[in-house]
Amino acid sequence: MSDEWPDRLSEYLDGEMKGSERAFLEAHLERCEDCQETLAGLRRVVMRARSLEDRPPAADLWAGVGERIGAPTRTVVLPARRRFTFSLPQLLAAGIALAVLSASGAWMLHPGAPSVAVIQPAPRAPGDITVTPVRDPSAAQSYDAAVHDLEQVLAQGRGRLDTATVRVLEQNLRLIDRAIADARRAVAADSANMYLNTHLAETMRRKVDLLRQAAALVAAAS
Amino acid sequence: MTRTRPGPVKLRQDPSPKSDSDAVDATLAASGDAHAFERLYRGHIARIHSLARRMLSDDEADEAAQDVFVRAWEKLGTFRGEAAFGTWLHRLAINVILGRRERRGIQRQRYLEDNGVLETVAGRRPAPETSMDMETAIAQLPDGARQIFVLHDVEGYRHEEIAEMLGLATGTSKSQLHRARMALRQHLDR
Repeated sequence: MSDEWPDRLSEYLDGEMKGSERAFLEAHLERCEDCQETLAGLRRVVMRARSLEDRPPAADLWAGVGERIGAPTRTVVLPARRRFTFSLPQLLAAGIALAVLSASGAWMLHPGAPSVAVIQPAPRAPGDITVTPVRDPSAAQSYDAAVHDLEQVLAQGRGRLDTATVRVLEQNLRLIDRAIADARRAVAADSANMYLNTHLAETMRRKVDLLRQAAALVAAAS
Repeated sequence: MTRTRPGPVKLRQDPSPKSDSDAVDATLAASGDAHAFERLYRGHIARIHSLARRMLSDDEADEAAQDVFVRAWEKLGTFRGEAAFGTWLHRLAINVILGRRERRGIQRQRYLEDNGVLETVAGRRPAPETSMDMETAIAQLPDGARQIFVLHDVEGYRHEEIAEMLGLATGTSKSQLHRARMALRQHLDR
């Protein structure tokens, strides 16, 4: 009878052995050192398998994927409305300006708090993104205006979209608004952090992208 | 003797903040935004490529991973957001990888014929014990046992799911998993 146990140790290890069989095996394990050792070895294998780390490919494969899917793909053009194009520097500026405004508001409420750090752009190589944040509050206003306009398009045209599409859009807009709020808080706490500023700008751009797609869907349904 | 509590493997999950941004990007990509799809690619390529490498081979992994993302692009319209994008993509990846195996002519019978090969895996020369050595050991398993080991112990699928995916009896999945583990144990314990 005990000869079958070594072949069933994986079943036991995975918690798939029940009742009397399990009790028999556990009794056997108490007195069989070979099975104890085998079980320990199997457990090590499982632990190692679970802790394997994923590795990216040695070479970037995106070019091949992009070519096969035809990327860059079509650009959405909104009929008879303004097209909003925001460069990353503009969005960075908008994000930082909003964060500074937010932090300034906090400072006005708590005047004893440390003043907001001002970003001093480091010397950059040609072609790098240049961030000139606080001097351009109009970028934040442009962003807000664009978002407002697009939201208006969506609000006016949502009746032309099917309910599942509206539900997904609204769900995603809530997610993105939450991400923007989180990113703004993070930037307000560490305004000199370029990673956080870029993340905020990227998140804001995603909102504009999503709204543009939604507006295009409305236009297509008209 | 100390025994830790045995139990089933949990399917690997996507962390929620990433799932949130993935959901947004999946919506954008489904409407034709290739930049959003590239972000999805960047976020998931390591996992998909590792899956392809483990289930197929180093040589086939690049092409298989590309196939997965091309298929995902084509199928984005079917992604409803009910599961995390990563979960949806992972299941699609397994279908693509298994499809490649079928085209390669690896038949179901192979799962039953691997036993002899399995016995020799443990005898191959081991390398120092690192996670890469575990990868090497997995790569030396015969095809059928390797699929089942990767799906169960690395990816966290249950035997019933694996049996359905591979068109096998659950008992075959269990016995092949045990044999794969035994071979790897001997390899790693050397």
